[in-house]
Amino acid sequence: MASENKPIADDPIPEPMRPRSYRIQRVRQETEDTFTLELEPADGAKGFKFEPGQFNMLYVFGVGEVPISISGNPSSPETLTHTTRVVGTVTRAMRQLKRGDLIGVRGPFGKPWPIEQARGRDVVVVPGGIGLAPLRPVLYALTAQRKQFRRVALLYGARTPENVLFPKEMKQWRDRSNFDVHLTVDRATGAWRDSVGLVTNLIPRAPFDPANAVAMVCGPEVMMRFVVMELEKRGLTDDRIYVSLERNMKCGLGFCGHCLFGPTFICKDGPVFRFDAIRHFFSKWEV
Amino acid sequence: MIHTLEPIIREHPFFKNLAEPHLKLVVGCAKNVRFDEGQMLFREGEPADEFYLIRTGRVTIEAHIPGRGPAICETIGEGDVLGWSWLFPPYRWRCDARAQQPTRALAFDGKCLRGKCDQDHDLGYELMKLCAAVMAQRLQATRLQLLDLYGVRK
Repeated sequence: MASENKPIADDPIPEPMRPRSYRIQRVRQETEDTFTLELEPADGAKGFKFEPGQFNMLYVFGVGEVPISISGNPSSPETLTHTTRVVGTVTRAMRQLKRGDLIGVRGPFGKPWPIEQARGRDVVVVPGGIGLAPLRPVLYALTAQRKQFRRVALLYGARTPENVLFPKEMKQWRDRSNFDVHLTVDRATGAWRDSVGLVTNLIPRAPFDPANAVAMVCGPEVMMRFVVMELEKRGLTDDRIYVSLERNMKCGLGFCGHCLFGPTFICKDGPVFRFDAIRHFFSKWEV
Repeated sequence: MIHTLEPIIREHPFFKNLAEPHLKLVVGCAKNVRFDEGQMLFREGEPADEFYLIRTGRVTIEAHIPGRGPAICETIGEGDVLGWSWLFPPYRWRCDARAQQPTRALAFDGKCLRGKCDQDHDLGYELMKLCAAVMAQRLQATRLQLLDLYGVRK
């Protein structure tokens, strides 16, 4: 069940409905439509701890608030890092912000990725597109404690070579972290040296032992459905497959009901779910 | 002592469930091949005399677009099967294939196999089922690729 995920609350959020002011330290354009913000508290206060997979509500003053996963290093919480894509009014306004501007932050919210459950096992990390951003803190955590995990396979799918996120870190994860990194894109030209095709194509021969592995999957829901099918074909059971979902999160605390998903609230019970807890309604249109 | 390709073919995922008598029939149509990085396996329009089981390496399936050069539609890697044009008239390739990495494969003589399938329809049925499964899987993957899942909703 999802409750196996370690609940947050090591650091209680003092006033979870009140945004704290953060100052933008850096804006980095990652791809044509994706950017990263690095934030520090405006009042000089210490940053807060977070766990890989958690998200914050970011408030562009006068425009609106959106949930964005934390994409930074959990062992360096003094800087809060968020990577997002321009998809709507708020993220479009967010992209216009510059170094020194203020932004509101509430959080961190939600259940994290199962780092503890993965200890001593093979780890299969399967992001698609912008889904790499919520999984990057996992890769930082695995790197920091590399010896406590067996093989780590990173199977990443993107639209084109130009849309591959964090290319420099890909190289580091491959060379320094000793991860098996496999990239695939939907389309490419002759200069591309990795795979072309769906991320599901990488699963049949990915280096992991299905009897002793944990998988973490994040990307478009259709992609996740097919990834789960392939992982199960390899023999991974649904109690060791975790997915991260996204809905219309508003309050972040399970009060408002905007992110209701079947019997769960994505903001409070997720966004990371063990697949056996949601599989009976995961593919239903009506939910 | 004569070594045959049978143990290698038996281990390849494509033929792993093929019955022993049928396996012995296909072994006679197989040979070992290797391709250097960048070498073409075949080009669009050429006779499709063979198909390949990839043992190591990776092959790109390409379409040449005038003015743009080769566009990679898909990559085929270790454990995969490459080519089904040998099964259907006019037995000509519909795309280009190039070794993206040094590649070792088993090449099967399509004409030889077609002859054996004509003589032994059980073998033909089994081979057709194996190829149909690969085609269905590729069709499904192509459908999902066409959905442009990672793009922004507009």
